[in-house]
Amino acid sequence: MMERISQRISRRFIRVWQRNLTVYQKTWKISFLPPLLEPLFYILAFGVGLGVLVGKVVYHSSEVSYVAFIAPALIAINIMYNAFFENTYASFVRMYYQKTFDAIMATPLSLEEIITGEIIWGATKSVIATLIMLGVISLFGLITYPQGLLIIPLAFLGGIAFGSIGMFFTGIVPTIEIFNLPIFLFITPMFLFSGTFFPVENLPFWAQKLSILFPLTHLVNLTRSFSFGIISTRLLWDVAYLLVFCLIFFPLAIFVMHRRLIK
Amino acid sequence: MLKRKGALLQSSHLEKEQMEHIIEAEGLRKTFGDLVAVDGISFQALQGECFGILGPNGAGKTSTIRMIYGFSPMTSGSLKVFDLNISKGLRQIKSRIGVCQQENNLDPDLSVLQNLEVYAHYFNIPRKAAEKRAKELLAFMSLGHREKAKVTELSGGMMRRLVLARALINDPDLLILDEPTTGLDPQSRHQVWERLEGLRSKGLTILLTTHYMDEASRLCDRLVIMDHGRILVMGEPFELIRKHIGKNVIEVSAPSKELQAFIQSQRLEHEDVGHRLIIYSEDSDNLFHKISDTYCKDGCILRMATLEDVFLKLTGRDLRE
Repeated sequence: MMERISQRISRRFIRVWQRNLTVYQKTWKISFLPPLLEPLFYILAFGVGLGVLVGKVVYHSSEVSYVAFIAPALIAINIMYNAFFENTYASFVRMYYQKTFDAIMATPLSLEEIITGEIIWGATKSVIATLIMLGVISLFGLITYPQGLLIIPLAFLGGIAFGSIGMFFTGIVPTIEIFNLPIFLFITPMFLFSGTFFPVENLPFWAQKLSILFPLTHLVNLTRSFSFGIISTRLLWDVAYLLVFCLIFFPLAIFVMHRRLIK
Repeated sequence: MLKRKGALLQSSHLEKEQMEHIIEAEGLRKTFGDLVAVDGISFQALQGECFGILGPNGAGKTSTIRMIYGFSPMTSGSLKVFDLNISKGLRQIKSRIGVCQQENNLDPDLSVLQNLEVYAHYFNIPRKAAEKRAKELLAFMSLGHREKAKVTELSGGMMRRLVLARALINDPDLLILDEPTTGLDPQSRHQVWERLEGLRSKGLTILLTTHYMDEASRLCDRLVIMDHGRILVMGEPFELIRKHIGKNVIEVSAPSKELQAFIQSQRLEHEDVGHRLIIYSEDSDNLFHKISDTYCKDGCILRMATLEDVFLKLTGRDLRE
């Protein structure tokens, strides 16, 4: 399967990416707002409101403020959301309602290139959101540089991971409403239990083990480490997990889309 | 009009034999599970001709052309486009064809002009050239004044013309049209036909599916009528009419018992469609006078045989739903 997929993907996938960029340029003013405002809201709510109740959190055997603890997790969550929602709802609309993929398939592009272009675009949206959020959060002095810059390529990797699994769901859901299911069973638990708003160690032992399976746990671990300027070889495990996740779900996404669209 | 075209074609028939085959299908077959959509059909479309595929709903027209533009892999048989094998040279083939799919799948996120420009980029046409070509095509399709409009603001006829313009963006050697005028009002249909005739006169090869017989007679040099996945007949429209129906047909509404008895006794070839009789005859002129004088004073007409008569005779009058 891998061989067949790689044969059908040329650089032409960039054309699909460009198409999405052209559309994005029409609405960028609105698209820019959520990543700009969301961290501000969260920092206000959690830092000023909840932070007073929580106090300090122990991270890497030193005490850090609650805002500093959750700020990198907010970036990780946004990486997940941007790619996942782009490659579920938005891709589904293009595929199913607008028949955009059908139209492109009549050109020299292959279905594999269309799906690749879509996933790379989802990851690009993750990177754009990350850049904006990094800018905002840096104003509060919550990111250590230059290590914090590693979050940018990480956003791309995370975007491909979540975009691929999003595209996988797009290939199998019968109707757009069914996306509620992966969101409820997969995205929401990750949002809450991936060491985002409290350390994973606070969970019962079995839940800790379970959370290791979540890609977001690894992404949060990485964004938080980079934000605090901590670089260690142990982080390679988190990177490796995300890579393997991509290597499984990217071909799987192409496989299910092929099954869905080529008849 | 039909006659003139028929004669014209016959004179160029010999030339055509030596012309390049743009599409060559041999024993082309497509199944979906137990359903046989295309049941081993063979045909060739020649350089510069407009080749039509006619048939009722579910006859296998769309399945056939979807295999030709590589949307749908064939189950078995052999299929060559531009002398290239469809399974090996698909990307090369797709770069030389223009496709106008049945559904309007214009990009609603983009403006009219952007629809063409972005589509041009899928063919790796450079930005400047794409813009130039897009504007030329919009002018050709009388859409120049709407280039900034949203696609959703266009009328049905304009959308179809834009789809057609988009199919021409890569200056294709083969234009594939799947029911290009379905759902259009008569004015819009004629607009589309005029554009297609213009393209055909420039030597563009066109493959067309339709279930409008007037469309097929007007545009197609040669055509096949398909039903249940098989080709029933193949030929030039005029030749098919002459062969299967004759020159004229007699249509009688509310036929009397006497007339029916007369038809039986004369063993005339006819079709009984409820309240109407359609009578086919070699000598329809004399027969018409006889019938109209003797059996019906009114409600009896002699008219030119059309492709629709051929179509209905071959595919039957049952509804396909």
